[in-house]
Amino acid sequence: MGELAIRAEGLGKRYRLGERAGVGVATLRDALTGGMSRLFGRARRGFAALPGESAWIWALDDASFEVQHGEAVGIIGGNGAGKSTLLKLLARITEPTAGRAEIHGRVGSLLEVGTGFHLELTGRENIYLNGAILGMKRAEIQRKFDEIVAFSEVDRFLDTPVKHYSSGMYVRLAFAVAAHLEPEILLVDEVLAVGDAAFQKKCLGKMDDVAREGRTVLFVSHNLAAVAKLCGRTIWLDQAHVRADGSTKKAIASYLDKAALGAVSATLGEWDLTCRENQYSPHELVIRRIRLLDRLGAAKRVFQMGEPMVVEVDVEGLGHYRDGMLGVIFKSQEDQWLAGINTGMRPLPAERPRRERETLCLRLPRVPFTPGTYWIALSASRGHSGRVDFVDRAAQFVVELADVYGSGYAVSASYGVFVLDGEWDVKAS
Amino acid sequence: MEAKSAGSPLVPVAVIEPRGGWAPWDLRELWEYRELLYFLVWRDLKVRYKQTVLGASWAILQPLLTMIVFTVFFGTLARVPSDGLPYPLFSYAGLLPWTFFSQGLAQSANSLVGSAHLIRKVYFPRLIVPVAAVLTCAVDFAVAFVVLLGLMAVYGVAPTLAVALVPLLVLLAVVSVLGAGVWLSALSVEYRDFRHIVAFALQIGMFVSPVIYPSRIVIERLAGLGLPAWIYGLNPAVGVIEGFRWALLGVGTEPWALIAASTAVSILVLVSGLFYFRRMERTFADVV
Repeated sequence: MGELAIRAEGLGKRYRLGERAGVGVATLRDALTGGMSRLFGRARRGFAALPGESAWIWALDDASFEVQHGEAVGIIGGNGAGKSTLLKLLARITEPTAGRAEIHGRVGSLLEVGTGFHLELTGRENIYLNGAILGMKRAEIQRKFDEIVAFSEVDRFLDTPVKHYSSGMYVRLAFAVAAHLEPEILLVDEVLAVGDAAFQKKCLGKMDDVAREGRTVLFVSHNLAAVAKLCGRTIWLDQAHVRADGSTKKAIASYLDKAALGAVSATLGEWDLTCRENQYSPHELVIRRIRLLDRLGAAKRVFQMGEPMVVEVDVEGLGHYRDGMLGVIFKSQEDQWLAGINTGMRPLPAERPRRERETLCLRLPRVPFTPGTYWIALSASRGHSGRVDFVDRAAQFVVELADVYGSGYAVSASYGVFVLDGEWDVKAS
Repeated sequence: MEAKSAGSPLVPVAVIEPRGGWAPWDLRELWEYRELLYFLVWRDLKVRYKQTVLGASWAILQPLLTMIVFTVFFGTLARVPSDGLPYPLFSYAGLLPWTFFSQGLAQSANSLVGSAHLIRKVYFPRLIVPVAAVLTCAVDFAVAFVVLLGLMAVYGVAPTLAVALVPLLVLLAVVSVLGAGVWLSALSVEYRDFRHIVAFALQIGMFVSPVIYPSRIVIERLAGLGLPAWIYGLNPAVGVIEGFRWALLGVGTEPWALIAASTAVSILVLVSGLFYFRRMERTFADVV
């Protein structure tokens, strides 16, 4: 091996922020008025924010790296760090604004499972269609058809339109087609986060095979355990920049160390969440700051098992929405959602006045987790459907072993994730 | 796979960098993706008729039913002249290419926006999308063409030697629809207004093309103003429709001037459209 597969030099992509995030002009009217104002010189200078003058952000900035053939490289980073943008550039879906990349070999990209699946078509028809969309030749699909069907485990429903499939079957079929792509360079974006646990394991196994066969894989994932398993090398992207590039172990460690977004001080247990982009319309930052406090109101990020915890979240403008809702989600280090609680299921005091800025406090009488590292995600929404803001990794805290039951028994993570509040009793039977 | 051994001179090298401005088309790449074109056409045909009771006969029914309505209103009631042909045959020979024009334009104009989910997630030459839309409509056209032959047999109209020109006229129709489709699909990505513009333009288009009336009426009026006939042919549908009537049904004189003007316009639109499309396609995934 040791042959060059990918070389990126100062690769960058700039997007426009605004009503419709994009590069072009939104409507014909904008184009016409834009042309008019250009025509009439600076007569309209007084009006700021003309459509053509909105803010620009770099989704990826000055990324340089080389990947050799046969390498499996993980790409990690928070939301909006530029991971997907990097893959889109390498897959030629979108064009860079700056820099240059060279790709040596046939590229297959898997940015989503089931791209181009058509609900009206049968499973068999979709295998051919999806295969062609992913860049397979018809002969190639024919050759691998039986293998794909066997992998997907949907052989009995092959001639049923996929709209009648369960979501699990749909995903299995879609992944099965993708898994049988055989490009020299495979770009994969977070597609393993689908299906049930058993199927996820199967997918990971398949990805492992792909990496072992000596093909080049670029693998974007939030699932750090999967990255650690599949990739020898990892690139950590943070706010559009390459922060670390090296051994997976080191990259993950430094990511976890600083990943909690905008930590004012990681040891303090307070995180400033205002330096980020909100992908949810209307793109205002609703969630602004999070603090983890102990019973005395001191911010910290290391808690004993069973200790009380207060999660304080500063929000802005949530009161504008009649049914504005904040949710706190606890996640494992592997990004699994463990528990969530929102102001809908557990309402705020009814007489709450409507303020522009407010701090919502969630009081947990006991931290219910076994020792380990946990993430908190925050979600702001209108009612149950319309998300208006979301921070995937708002805060990170550590739970330390403690004698929760006062029995001198160490309830470690090997017993599970949660600490139960149960009590034993015994009766004569 | 042919280029499996890494590092061999056969390994394709793709360079990714900002192109900016005008770039040439990569014909080899377009050829590489011909199977995707086939599958997209196949998908559209399959999906379109999958849940309909009448299936593919819709391709025939649409121009046929329109022809019947036109015959009743324009032919019988309004007595629109039809160059001495039975009005049903006359109008069907116009409706057949016109249906291809209107369907082809409407479908291709909307094609990129309708395929946004693909464009955002997979790379392939974007040109395939509008081309597939036009080809799908061309299949319908072929099916409906059989009905025209049937009508000719019913009315006992035999084609003249000029029938040999029909394939060229079909090609002209495809070129002009493709040209406009390439322009409109790219414009629709940038400006969603074009969806409404196209719908409106097609409504008008049927009346400014000789679908329900013979082109002779317009040409005589033009001549009265001292204008040459070819001006009318600047609308490519005119050259195609008149060419069709003449080549298949043997009416009128050879409409060479109309066909020449239509051909020139079509080629111009297609070539400029390809340039525009190529220039715009690099931002499709960001904007669509």
